[in-house]
Amino acid sequence: MSDGAVGPGHPVLAAERISKSFGEVQVLFSVDFDVRAGEVHALMGENGAGKSTLVKILSGFERPSAGRILLDGEPVTLPQNGAAEALGIVLIHQEFNLADHLTVAESLFLGREVLRFGLLNRKVMRAEARRVLDELGARIDENALISSLAVADKQMVEIAKAISRKARIIFMDEPTAVLSREETALLFKQVRRLKAQGVSFVFVSHKLDEVMEITDRVTVLRDGQWVKTAPTSALDGEAIAQLMVGRELSSLYPAKHEPDVDEALVLQVKGLTTGYVKNVSFDLRKGEVLGFSGLIGSGRSELMEAVAGLRPRIAGEVMLHGAPLAPLAFREANGRGLAYMTKDRKGKGLLLDEPMTPNLTLQSIDQHVRHHYLDPASEARALARARRRFDIRVRDERVKAGRMSGGNQQKLLLAKIMETEPDVIIIDEPTRGIDVGTKQQIYHFIAALAREGRSIIVISSEMPEVIGLCTRVAVMREGELVGMLEGEEVNEQVIMRYAAGLKRRGAAA
Amino acid sequence: MAVDTDITGPVRARRSWRDVDLRAVAPFVALALLILIGALVNPNFIGITNLANVATRAAFIALIAVGATFVISSGDLDLSVGSMVAFVASLMILFMNSGAIADPGMMIAAAMLLALVVGALCGLANGLITTVGRIEPFIATLGTMGIYRGLTTWLSQGGAITLRSPEQQALYRPAYFGSVLGMPVPILVVLVVTAIAAIVLYRTRYGRHVTAVGSNRDVARYSGISVDRVRIAAFVIQGVCVAIAVMLYVPRLGSTSATTGILWELQAITAVVVGGTALKGGAGRVWGTICGAFILELVGNIMLLSNFISEYLIGAIQGTIIIIAMLVQRSLARKA
Repeated sequence: MSDGAVGPGHPVLAAERISKSFGEVQVLFSVDFDVRAGEVHALMGENGAGKSTLVKILSGFERPSAGRILLDGEPVTLPQNGAAEALGIVLIHQEFNLADHLTVAESLFLGREVLRFGLLNRKVMRAEARRVLDELGARIDENALISSLAVADKQMVEIAKAISRKARIIFMDEPTAVLSREETALLFKQVRRLKAQGVSFVFVSHKLDEVMEITDRVTVLRDGQWVKTAPTSALDGEAIAQLMVGRELSSLYPAKHEPDVDEALVLQVKGLTTGYVKNVSFDLRKGEVLGFSGLIGSGRSELMEAVAGLRPRIAGEVMLHGAPLAPLAFREANGRGLAYMTKDRKGKGLLLDEPMTPNLTLQSIDQHVRHHYLDPASEARALARARRRFDIRVRDERVKAGRMSGGNQQKLLLAKIMETEPDVIIIDEPTRGIDVGTKQQIYHFIAALAREGRSIIVISSEMPEVIGLCTRVAVMREGELVGMLEGEEVNEQVIMRYAAGLKRRGAAA
Repeated sequence: MAVDTDITGPVRARRSWRDVDLRAVAPFVALALLILIGALVNPNFIGITNLANVATRAAFIALIAVGATFVISSGDLDLSVGSMVAFVASLMILFMNSGAIADPGMMIAAAMLLALVVGALCGLANGLITTVGRIEPFIATLGTMGIYRGLTTWLSQGGAITLRSPEQQALYRPAYFGSVLGMPVPILVVLVVTAIAAIVLYRTRYGRHVTAVGSNRDVARYSGISVDRVRIAAFVIQGVCVAIAVMLYVPRLGSTSATTGILWELQAITAVVVGGTALKGGAGRVWGTICGAFILELVGNIMLLSNFISEYLIGAIQGTIIIIAMLVQRSLARKA
């Protein structure tokens, strides 16, 4: 693998002075960008910086308002709605473009089915699908229905689809957000292999370590403006982060406050078992930030949903403030001060077609009922309060939640949960898919909540996050709690060894 | 698309105001246009008497459609309402004919109460089958549609069920034909029911929950809303609205048959959609629904008064209206 691949490649796709406006809002200002043959080019920036828009323009899903696109040096107008795939330009969407009711093989050949005597030639398509999947090292059954696949496997199918279409330039919008470490490694292996064959990649990501690992060049956008393009080797993570936010990130993580050992136990879980989670026990103290680490699919969300009463439990008990909590009693748990913040803010957290107010007050609507009627003034006050407290920055209060940036959505979701005034808060993936600046804010919110005496559980697949925020870290693996780490043990190596199954509780002193 | 970062700008605020208004206002604009067309077609059209007549005739569909607004807003669909009208009306008339209560006034009151209870129970059955039974509402209510219709045919032995006592008839007649302060009773009932429905949908906790359940059931569940209860309640509200429509229907003809209310479910759904409620759930517009019901009846009226189009084509025209309404809704949605 040649890593000095920056030099020789000529630009295959270039954007010249691209601008884009949606209505009266300009989101890109005269941006230059080019992709060379056989390079991996990272496109970075905070949420709302214009990365996704630029990617959509370069893959033909949006038209630029001004500027031109060059393909192999020739100005082109890219055909719309994915038809640019015929030119070898493929965009792998953040939200997958897969039909649930098709099989993997059918999905790979969707729109370009192989026919024989006018009928589908399923045998050939299955065999070809198998070949591509094997090439990717993906252990996915080509006859499996898309709906039966895990998120990571769906990502693999999308990549297989791009590869099977002889893509020259592949745009990936946060491809590793839903992948585990092993899967990410597998993906990167394929990226390197394809790169050696001359395929170019544009990689939108928030994960600095991955960008450092896989990319050749980095372009940073800020507020719709081009800021810098440089070889990755000339930058480090800190430098990129500074370019993105335009200020120094002095303290990404706030100071930790360890609770006293004799603080009250606000949450006690004993022997909790669900379909997947096996016999998990742990305690949470008042004012503590407890981390839950582990690979994707290790059962952390399922465990917490069972604790919160959103999922049935087969065995085990949950004590909230010393009193037992019945299974599937989410409302009761809510009323007694336990809140669960989902990681799926678009699917389970927010009503995307509604503005901020109904979202904010949905879970706490009783506070705004006066004589059986809703009181809009009271709701408006709550929104003003939440916007101040959680720094939700929008131009227009009536904007629909679905049109807000990921960071603002996450703040709104946190605000919604906090409206119920919980004192035990389970936050599942607090910063998935949001920019560094907002991440930092959310970390400070979490720390502030803990200082107020609230107890917080943070589930996160980003290890630095768990390490930076939590005084104790529980590690799960395949539905079991395999380690509870404290003090010195809270570091990446130890967590990884537990998460990967190299070590488990008992073996560790 | 992330276009909201940064600070407040008044320009943007005004723009989205207009967007929001447009979709709510569209049905009323259509109504105004229709009235204009009607006035051009026939000068008698614009008269208060004619318009009041149209509104009175639209009352049944309007009342049913108010209930349908709840069901559709919560993300479900009820196809059984037409059959339900026939079923509730049959039971009501049979009860009135039974002579269980001597005093005609008391009898009518009891019969109305019975209609409400039967309507609510029919709705409850629909709700339980869809939620507890986990059957798609389309199929569940297709099933109950057959059941209610079949029971009606059986009760009437294929013929008509007619209110026998002339005393009761005379006493009950004003409920449809009467008027209060110059306003026909059915219009009054529609306005009152719609006003209550609007308050429930827009100003109560339940209404907010309907919107949430209709736009995303998972979000509702993760917000501690008991989704099934909200959905069942919407079906019950639909049943009650059907019962109220029946209370006006029975005094009109004093009779019902196995063919009563056929295709009313489609008219009700059309009214809801024309009124601007999204068929996929979420955004409910009660006043728009009433407007939609009025539009449907108005089109028929204009066709009757004009000589251009045969009134036998009314079904085709109504079908065209629903398609146009959806197209308009979508084009407005895209701009927003």
